[in-house]
Amino acid sequence: MVHNRENQVIGYNSKIEGNVVMTTMDAAINWIHKNSLWPMPMGLACCAIELMAAASSRFDISRFGAEVMRFSPRQSDLLVVAGTVTYKMALAVKRIYDQMPNPKWVIAMGACASSGGMYRSYAVLQGIDRLLPVDVYISGCPPRPEALLDGLMRLQSKIGTERSFLAQKK
Amino acid sequence: MTLKTVLETLSAQFPDCLTLLPEFRGETTLILTNKNRIADLAMQLKMQHGFDYLVDISSIDNFGQEPRYEIVYEFYSYKNGYYLRVKTVVSEEDIQLPTLTTVYATANWHEREIYDMMGIQFTGHPDLRRILMWDGYPYFPLRKDFPLEGLSSEIPNGTFTAPAPMEGGPFVTEPAAHTSEREPRSKSPLPQS
Repeated sequence: MVHNRENQVIGYNSKIEGNVVMTTMDAAINWIHKNSLWPMPMGLACCAIELMAAASSRFDISRFGAEVMRFSPRQSDLLVVAGTVTYKMALAVKRIYDQMPNPKWVIAMGACASSGGMYRSYAVLQGIDRLLPVDVYISGCPPRPEALLDGLMRLQSKIGTERSFLAQKK
Repeated sequence: MTLKTVLETLSAQFPDCLTLLPEFRGETTLILTNKNRIADLAMQLKMQHGFDYLVDISSIDNFGQEPRYEIVYEFYSYKNGYYLRVKTVVSEEDIQLPTLTTVYATANWHEREIYDMMGIQFTGHPDLRRILMWDGYPYFPLRKDFPLEGLSSEIPNGTFTAPAPMEGGPFVTEPAAHTSEREPRSKSPLPQS
């Protein structure tokens, strides 16, 4: 406890004791990012049904702070590519990704979005990672909602390791 | 009016260019040897013979044969309750035939699909654009000489198409007595050298 000449406390205030947390900017920003992901549901095939199931009460994606599905890319920071990406649709997926504000992340949900899946065809993009940077791949055809939640938790721990403050200063 | 009388009237109206195939499982098929008269034939079918519904138009690529393409029209008469199939052929050198949109409005999208997949032109079509692939795609993917895995191309606005990895495929199942022999096996469409 440090006092000045008038005997007033200047270095320590007991009234705010216990209400101060010392942390780094990175940890604080990452904590905010990862617990409030706003997904853009890019539902293209049956994976989208599992994505809907993950949002509903039985699995409840809101436990992980990602329940605010935004159907506008400008309000979202997580692109969930759920389904088969045809080349014709790839144009739209890329455009939607480009419209999302930074920082943003991509989950490739299911076999088709990750690798083209069973569609070895002229019409299907062989994995969305040929067009966008993917953070988490989820296997399955389609993956169960638990798998999506697991992928989301892995994305959260990945976001936890990012140097977000440096990225903001750039 | 029975289908038999329809066929008799038609062969009188279109002498020298209609052939009746033998009836197969109750299905009647006509071959129109002059493809340029298909719109006239359709008009007669609709206006005089009660074929008020064009069920489908499809195309076949008989690659290696001449003429190469075959167009198949399925007509149905709700009034009389019978089908009629009309086939006509299109050669590779003269890859066009008259549109049926002047007779049946529904022919619009059927013909667009055939144009998109096989590149057959329909003269007089009001809006002959691709319907499944995007505008600017350079190939016709349902032709037999187009590989299943696709070909490379650039799409304007920054994306692309590339051949899909076949990993020894496509995997083909062939009839056999035992399940183990019916398992899908990798089989190249090209003859092995």
